[in-house]
Amino acid sequence: MTVKELAQMLGYKIINKSDSINKKVTGVYACDLLSHAMAKVNEGDVWITVHTNLNVIAVASLTNCACVMIPENIDIEDQTVERANEKGVALLSCSKSSALICYEILSALKDMR
Amino acid sequence: MSTIVRDYTIPANDFTIAGEASSSVRKILSQLGVSPDVVKRTSIAMYEAEINAVIHGNGGMAHVEIDKNKIYIRISDEGPGIADLNLAMQEGYSTAPDSIREMGFGAGMGLSNIKKNADVLDIETEINKGTIVNITVFFKRE
Repeated sequence: MTVKELAQMLGYKIINKSDSINKKVTGVYACDLLSHAMAKVNEGDVWITVHTNLNVIAVASLTNCACVMIPENIDIEDQTVERANEKGVALLSCSKSSALICYEILSALKDMR
Repeated sequence: MSTIVRDYTIPANDFTIAGEASSSVRKILSQLGVSPDVVKRTSIAMYEAEINAVIHGNGGMAHVEIDKNKIYIRISDEGPGIADLNLAMQEGYSTAPDSIREMGFGAGMGLSNIKKNADVLDIETEINKGTIVNITVFFKRE
């Protein structure tokens, strides 16, 4: 399942235009400590974080995660969206909590098996 | 292959371009066909050191040398130095201010992340002189 397919299936908003929406989603990881996330996020993960600063894009790029998900309709800074475009990082958002998003994505991935 | 050498300036307290050096090195390693595991370990170690220089060291310099067997990274700053290196190496210990923590940093994992991901880590530090973090990652583990 790609990022785009996942977003369409679960009603998540795709914030920016990036080829990365065609990346394959293989897992999900939720963490707001950037160093911890950098160590633990795997390639193919949807990384959920409440942070919306530029460093999020750097961590997403370095970990090669499938996309970044911003929960609870938190506003995303314009410069972060611009940087995501530059670095080819897909940004998603939705109104749900991190916990609920994890549940939904894991359920969707389980159903795919 | 001949040795590839790159030098980068790390700005002080400027998070708009923090991580650019690591990002550039990641790109070079990927283009060279280095294995994804090594690229990731190198990226994490270098990014952490780069961010440390931004947060704690008033910025600094990154010097990178890549040959066919390894990548060597030297991140140097002229900041306040590390008072107790053993303490600083402990996971969870941090002297980062609240403003930095609010950005998601300052969890006290930077140096331990570097240690976990580097094959060789050597830190030289002197109070009021600065800190030099030397990182080596081998492309093939022994």
